[in-house]
Amino acid sequence: MLHLILFSVFAVIAVAGALNLLVQRHPISSALSLIVVMGSLAVEYLLLGAEFVAAIQVIIYAGAIMVLFVFVIMLLNAGVEERTKGSKVALILGFPAMLVGGLLVAWVLLRAPNVGSVNVGAMYGPPKAIGWLLFHDFLLPFEVTSVLVLIAIMGAVVLASPVRSRFSRPQPEPERQALKAAAGTEPAHEETVTARRSS
Amino acid sequence: MVPITTLHYLVVAAALFVLGTIGVLTRRNVVIILMSIELILNAVNLNLVAFSRLYGLHGQVFAVFVITDAAAEAAVGLGILIAFFRNKETVNMDEVDLLKW
Repeated sequence: MLHLILFSVFAVIAVAGALNLLVQRHPISSALSLIVVMGSLAVEYLLLGAEFVAAIQVIIYAGAIMVLFVFVIMLLNAGVEERTKGSKVALILGFPAMLVGGLLVAWVLLRAPNVGSVNVGAMYGPPKAIGWLLFHDFLLPFEVTSVLVLIAIMGAVVLASPVRSRFSRPQPEPERQALKAAAGTEPAHEETVTARRSS
Repeated sequence: MVPITTLHYLVVAAALFVLGTIGVLTRRNVVIILMSIELILNAVNLNLVAFSRLYGLHGQVFAVFVITDAAAEAAVGLGILIAFFRNKETVNMDEVDLLKW
């Protein structure tokens, strides 16, 4: 009974948080409601007995990733988003398509085999078993993932670094003239400066 | 008392997935689109963990992999967003049209 109550409450909170993410117009409000969704999903994982995944969910998703999101929102100073009216064709076609899709999903779910119920407190995903799987059966995917994360870190640093690169806008004219004046008038010196900067 | 089955979790995950898809398709702010993608990945994770209850622990290991990929994707996506904002001073998705034909 306790399990049913906990499941229902946190499922409703998760779906309501997701709806709030869509409805809110300021990015910070959306980010905070996404944190609510992730926290309630962690509780759902705990009810399924997946303790390791629940801990990872709170630490990495609600901790690291959402801090990154909030940091970028603050950095970009993105204000309230303006809305445009959707197209009429999308409105006419969209709702029947959504109805058909929902009926399809309901049909598939209702035809699902008799799936087992789960018990409260039965720990199913202990960290030891997951670590065993991760370092024995899934060793190669684990290492490939580490390479992927390394590449992602380097890509993020290259893309977001304040160093002038091909991706950023050329310097405005007065600033460049001031730089030229500071560097002296001889062209050879300026050549070395630009060469050093482009390398 | 109604027993909780995997079906209940599948319904919740389907709802989250649909909401995330709606967010990707309708919002204009790139940050909110990235957050909707995170919502979709969360729905997939809930499905994986719910099925791991039936078919063994591999689903939870896959959920860990999906979380790692979500972190990498968020880092790269937000880096691209910062580089784009430096160029165009906007985070609106419909002004990202440099590669449009």
